[in-house]
Amino acid sequence: MTDPTHGTGLDAPEFDAAGLVASGRVPPHTEMAARTRRSGSWFYAETTLRGMRAFALPIAVYAVLQPLLYMVALGVGLGELVDRGSGPVDGVDYLTFVAPALLVSTVVMSVTAEMTYPVMSGFTWQRLYYGPAASPLEPGQIARGHLLAVVLRFVLQGGVFWVIMEAFGAAPSGWWQSVLVVPVGVLTATAFGTPLQAYASTIEDEAYQFAFIQRFVVMPMFLFAGTFFPLSAMPVWLHWIGWVSPVWHGTQLARVASYGADVSPVMIAVHLAFLLACTVGGVVWATRSYTRRLHS
Amino acid sequence: MPAVITARGLRKTYGNFTAVDGIDLEVEAGESFGLLGPNGAGKSTTMRMIGGTLDRDGGELAVLGLDPGTQGPQVRAHLGVVPQQDNLDEELRVRENIVMYGRYFGLSRDYLRDKSAELLAFAQLEAKAKDKVSALSGGMKRRLTIARGLVNEPRILLLDEPTTGLDPQARHILWDRLFRLKEAGTTLVVTTHFMDEAEQLCDRLIVVDHGRIMAQGSPASLIREHSTREVLELRFGSARNASVVAQLEGVGERQEVLPDRILVYAHDGEAALEQVTSRGLHPVTSLVRRASLEDVFLRLTGRSLVD
Repeated sequence: MTDPTHGTGLDAPEFDAAGLVASGRVPPHTEMAARTRRSGSWFYAETTLRGMRAFALPIAVYAVLQPLLYMVALGVGLGELVDRGSGPVDGVDYLTFVAPALLVSTVVMSVTAEMTYPVMSGFTWQRLYYGPAASPLEPGQIARGHLLAVVLRFVLQGGVFWVIMEAFGAAPSGWWQSVLVVPVGVLTATAFGTPLQAYASTIEDEAYQFAFIQRFVVMPMFLFAGTFFPLSAMPVWLHWIGWVSPVWHGTQLARVASYGADVSPVMIAVHLAFLLACTVGGVVWATRSYTRRLHS
Repeated sequence: MPAVITARGLRKTYGNFTAVDGIDLEVEAGESFGLLGPNGAGKSTTMRMIGGTLDRDGGELAVLGLDPGTQGPQVRAHLGVVPQQDNLDEELRVRENIVMYGRYFGLSRDYLRDKSAELLAFAQLEAKAKDKVSALSGGMKRRLTIARGLVNEPRILLLDEPTTGLDPQARHILWDRLFRLKEAGTTLVVTTHFMDEAEQLCDRLIVVDHGRIMAQGSPASLIREHSTREVLELRFGSARNASVVAQLEGVGERQEVLPDRILVYAHDGEAALEQVTSRGLHPVTSLVRRASLEDVFLRLTGRSLVD
């Protein structure tokens, strides 16, 4: 037989094929499986974070510009008007009232972007999940790894938001207390994000559902779940929008952190329990759904 | 040689459809084993069950003594997998695809820095290390996928239709690479619907159709068993092929009429052609060739491999 690479300009260079497949430098395969069993979610998060690097600039610009625009528009603009017209809201000036809520809503909107199209892409368009699914990673680790990377992004995004809040004097609590708006924001994002991730993983094709969620779930939460005015300002028959919204529960907690809003310890526990339950439920559902998609 | 993969009565059903219907196979360490059959024969389904990403519905299966159904991660740690459809991470660079994949096996960044360089050399992609994956040709993507699959120094490399969609030159480069891996001791399991690929790559293979094994053996023994040594291909024009075949009785051992040509199976193709012309028949074109696995498949199923 003639040399198959003849004339291709790609004539095989010499290399040690035996060294390639059995170098003696790798741990036993059972040890590889054990390492992945322990830390697989983190391994997958590394890849997701590496992929985000391509979008680092837009992500950073968004993280800085969004809170700045909010602070100026609602603090200097609308805030002036509200403070002059109706006086303090919930005992504080309007900017202080609205800033922690905006942090929560901003992170929830980001999680909506991160846990819809990219998840769909993992299964359908780019099939990014299928490569790792053939490695020792389990589908649940892929789901949680993706989530972990997104959470790390939100820690940074929330942190930047908090710094800007402080700079505008919109978080009167001591910094050691007001910084808790960051974990509260992240927890709210996971409470909404993990069920969304699980739902997105069930969609086989098309994605019109995501536009629907954006318009009829995320926007109503943003507008009616206590962000711009207390839930109590709405008629009672609309309060349920707040109760079922992670955004309201997260916003109430963020207000406790940033200006010591008057929320009873029982309600603080309820808010926390609600957000934790949504997060855990979402992770369980996502693990099942990812397993069904990747292993059948 | 000990068996590294053993299957007994392997089954997979989807609702009423039986994709894999009782497959038995045994793959020995260091050999190159093929699953040859048309699209939809159950080859990929079998591969995914071996690869621990699809649960079987019946039968027994052991990969390196482990059960892929219950010990999926352990089985997958030993394997390299090259899927039918490339699923490289297009958001990462070429080299990063190998490094990040290595991380899924818990391999250290130090090891992966050296290993990715070696694998890029093996795949002849050193110059592309920092390029975007989307800038690679189809053949390069395939080689990168294979390089990625080797990052954990797998005992067994599973290749699902490795050269489908590649041009002849890219296929030959790839076959050369796979041959070197086999020489170095890696067990290869290859599915293909190309008989030339099966002949090039496989020491031993099973011919699969409708989820069942139709025949098994080495390419040469399968041809010897199910076909004559040579085949005479005759074309009389598509309208005449069927009517002419009656006049060919006794020429060669048997004949097969396809829409575009007649195949005459004979030990001596030239002698058979002389017989044909001596009967006053003058085909538009004639060709004598060695019998191939395509003929074996046709004989076993009455159908061509590539529809």
